[in-house]
Amino acid sequence: MEILSTALKRCVLININGRIDSETAPHLQKALNALIDEGNYKLVLDLSKVDFISSAGLWVLVNAQKKCKRFNRGEVVLASISQRIHAALDLAGFIPYFKVFEDTAKAVGSF
Amino acid sequence: MRSIAFPGKFSSLSEIREFFARAAEEAALDEKSICEVELAVDEAASNIIDHAYEGEGKGDIECSCEIEPGRLEVIMRDHGKAFDPKKVKTPNTRNNPRRRKQRGLGLHFMKSLMDSVEFSFSSKNGNELRMVKIGKVLADQEHTQQE
Repeated sequence: MEILSTALKRCVLININGRIDSETAPHLQKALNALIDEGNYKLVLDLSKVDFISSAGLWVLVNAQKKCKRFNRGEVVLASISQRIHAALDLAGFIPYFKVFEDTAKAVGSF
Repeated sequence: MRSIAFPGKFSSLSEIREFFARAAEEAALDEKSICEVELAVDEAASNIIDHAYEGEGKGDIECSCEIEPGRLEVIMRDHGKAFDPKKVKTPNTRNNPRRRKQRGLGLHFMKSLMDSVEFSFSSKNGNELRMVKIGKVLADQEHTQQE
């Protein structure tokens, strides 16, 4: 899994490439925690190149959301998610917890 | 029946998913069903490492499958701690995830994605998980036959 973060004017764009399972989820958690600890609370996760996500990966997204939404200081939004990722989020009951945008431009523009 | 043992490590997950995805392809399951099998076996293998073995590198995950046209049976065995699915509380997916515990989602996925999920344990053979996925084509045929 590759994680590339780009600081934009109002948010940080994070492009993730690969699968998010119990092996890779801790790496993503660490990367997101590092960004949040640096004071970045408005995060756009571009998941267009994520071909697999398990419950371990979904909890990483939820944990990041919890931290970002604290004190209304920001939030995590999702962009370009495949049907497969949407189905996993839906099965977990996590869809209402995230704003989902069809592309990165709209997600970035939401901040 | 085809069988292969994978080390009980998270780095085995890709290979385990691939092993069963290939079997699902051979069973002529539809694309959506193949994706669902991959997610279910990933959750099962992760649970074995986390809960049966209580960590990585403690034992193997023996994976087998039985393939029929439109039907795949997944069999996963381990020699870790006995697993009792009754002890795992079903998560309420309507609750706000902030207030939910990070437990039970894997089993919920397996039960939701597969057509049947059965666990058994014996002191000699350890835990055995059997999950069946029936593909769209066969499911439709069975439905028609019932009518």
